[in-house]
Amino acid sequence: MKLFWHGLVTGPVLGALWMVVLSTTVAVTMSFATGDPFRPAIWMSLLWGGVLGALLPLRPGKRSVQAGAGLLVFGMVLIGVGPMVLGPEVALLSRWIAAGGLAVVFVWSLARILHEMPAGRLNRHEFEAAVIRFLTGFGYIFFTAVVLIPFYVMVMTSLKSQQALLQNPLDFSLDLSQGWGLFRSYAELFGQFNFGTYLWTSFFVSVLTVLITLAFSIPGAYAVARLRFAGRAAFSRSILLIYMVPMIVLALPIYIAFSVTGLRNTLFGIVLIYPVTTIPVALYMLQGYFRGLPAEVEEAGLMDGLNRLQVIWKITLPLALPALASVSLYVFMIAWNEFLLAFMLLDDPSKFTLTRGIASLNSSEIPRQHLMAGAVIATVPIMAIFLGLERFMTKGLTAGSVKG
Amino acid sequence: MTDTPTPTPPTGRGALHRREARLAWGLLLPTVISVSLVVILPLLAIFWISFKPVGLADLRPTAPVVRESLRGSGEDLRIEYRLRNSSQDKEIRGVTLTDTLPDTVVVGEGLPEFCTLSGRALRCDYGDISGGFNERFALPITLAPGADEDAVEDVVEGSLPRITGEGDSILTNAEFTLENFARIFDADEFWGVLGVTMFYTVFGTLGALLFGLFAALLLNKSFRGQGILRGLYLFPYVAPVIAVAFTWVTLFDPFSGSANALLIQMGVTNEAINFFGQRPLALIMVTVFEIWRYFPLSFLFILARMQSIDTDMYEAADMDGASPFQKFWYLSLPMLVGILSVLFLLRFIWTFNKFDDIFLLTGGNAGTRTLTVNVYEQAFAVSNIGAGAAVAVVIFGCLLLFSVLFFRFISREEGL
Repeated sequence: MKLFWHGLVTGPVLGALWMVVLSTTVAVTMSFATGDPFRPAIWMSLLWGGVLGALLPLRPGKRSVQAGAGLLVFGMVLIGVGPMVLGPEVALLSRWIAAGGLAVVFVWSLARILHEMPAGRLNRHEFEAAVIRFLTGFGYIFFTAVVLIPFYVMVMTSLKSQQALLQNPLDFSLDLSQGWGLFRSYAELFGQFNFGTYLWTSFFVSVLTVLITLAFSIPGAYAVARLRFAGRAAFSRSILLIYMVPMIVLALPIYIAFSVTGLRNTLFGIVLIYPVTTIPVALYMLQGYFRGLPAEVEEAGLMDGLNRLQVIWKITLPLALPALASVSLYVFMIAWNEFLLAFMLLDDPSKFTLTRGIASLNSSEIPRQHLMAGAVIATVPIMAIFLGLERFMTKGLTAGSVKG
Repeated sequence: MTDTPTPTPPTGRGALHRREARLAWGLLLPTVISVSLVVILPLLAIFWISFKPVGLADLRPTAPVVRESLRGSGEDLRIEYRLRNSSQDKEIRGVTLTDTLPDTVVVGEGLPEFCTLSGRALRCDYGDISGGFNERFALPITLAPGADEDAVEDVVEGSLPRITGEGDSILTNAEFTLENFARIFDADEFWGVLGVTMFYTVFGTLGALLFGLFAALLLNKSFRGQGILRGLYLFPYVAPVIAVAFTWVTLFDPFSGSANALLIQMGVTNEAINFFGQRPLALIMVTVFEIWRYFPLSFLFILARMQSIDTDMYEAADMDGASPFQKFWYLSLPMLVGILSVLFLLRFIWTFNKFDDIFLLTGGNAGTRTLTVNVYEQAFAVSNIGAGAAVAVVIFGCLLLFSVLFFRFISREEGL
């Protein structure tokens, strides 16, 4: 292992690996953007990455050396013996963008990775710091790509025609000459598949679920947090046990009961069931928050003649507004995203929620871009809420994610 | 000064205490009742159903069906009732038909023996009818003077006779069977399903934890853009499962998928790979999806825990010359073992219970049928509700085992 503790060994190794990472990243990015063939050349990446990885530590901080390294990468890619191979059909502008991008990003980032690493013997600290900087850069690229690619494909596929998809699945360039025709999938979903109704139904069901959940969980959470009674500790610990039961196990007898009683295919049935799946986690989240509130404020209210219910309404709830926001957002997200119960209990299209409507699009007779447009329609509202209120949502996720 | 006994708190439960307890249970009662109705009752029902020979068709209650029509003409004019049992094999008891005859008809001779007529009210007692019962009964009539036959037909067929009868429900009768359990414990299939479930659960959980840890390490330092990246990394969990599952199916489609196009273009493969349609790749893919969708949860918890660790330890370690990996291994990891253990146990159970993800990605095909998917498969694809319930009982048994291990282990770790 100590063999690597040398700038002229660590540098080339990290440089070689980093060039493989970057050439792959740029190749994938350009492929997705243009549909043209961009391919990382693994062996050439290792070669050029290694050479430059040895060169940079020899002249640390020298702008001219870095510029020269960049030009070298740029030239080699264009000539065709570089770390990335461009297909003959690639347009000239794309070639320059790909080669230039790879050159600039590689030199800039490798300089940072190898920063403060001398060209001679390394101590353990210096070696590990360089490796960690490499892993950090790799991690940023890896996670960002892994998260973004599916969503990118979701959005772009919704804007393509079935014919264009089959012709070149990688070509996500937008045909702006279509104008509003670009959004034909969406227009057809709202015009022919009633997605406006599905959106409204999902919103209605989700809001009702939030309201019912709060109405049930606030009193319960307050009781567990503040009032003394036998079984309090056991209740507090066991409330989340119900989430150990798979929803599919509960869904089967619920399906039977609703079939027999006529509650299947009714929104009333759905609104009966959804809150029960969210009340326990909301109660759990809120009791933790209530427990953290100072008891003195409530006792002052009691001294002033308020009863417990008035104390809850006038003192505790106003103080707990941030927690109520977190719980509401989290419950809304669960109800909005819910699929299994809607799938099993709703067969009537006029009663469909959004997720149930999308499930009905999953058919070989419906073009893929419609399915993806439906996915976008389901995802954008919840993402907008999430990004706009991330602080509350993150807190809700942390406190409530025991639901799984 | 007189010796006064030391004051002591009152023992037992005072009136205030009882009132507070009553208020507490009053506040909790709605939650307890609603959760019991939707969780406890269905669980009990599952055990009951798993011993019942119930099919999907059995959910519709057995009922007598009747249709009334005017037949013949002149001397042969008659009201005909067609009575049918909706079930082919279940008996219906106490079947009675009641109808009101219009003033424009006169009942002739030959009233069926099981029917009585008083005024305009007709009543027929059929007693019990067997499964598959399907017969006609004729009521001979003549027209009242001056009545028009077409008008009479409209009146007769426009009115609805009332039919009552009590059918036996398989769900509530005394018929039980072990066939459901025998079916699902068919040796080859059961162990295959169990193996798939354990592979998916173990590697899905471990993967989510490891990637969550890696992501948390990345974002533990403050830097410009950290908030954006943190929000971005939570996307897989926040988005609707149906949206991201179908997106993955699209992305990895063998004919129009970008992943295949990319792999072919980069020379990794010569022909398209059917990621979700062939063994054992499909199982690996649904496991990878599970990791992708739930690493944000682990990431969030681990990051929160990391940021609550006192930085003094690290500064002291720096003074002693500790290297970055040494600081992680000897300082960070021990601090994180607690949260990692809790996350593993929780994620293990949730992953074991997961149904939507696999069902939406593969429908349980190509070697991806887990126990939860098998519940649906037996109950709805095979239309054997009893067998589906039996699989559910097996799942519940596994969960009890996990819970015992979970609480034994968790009592020694930090609470969540």
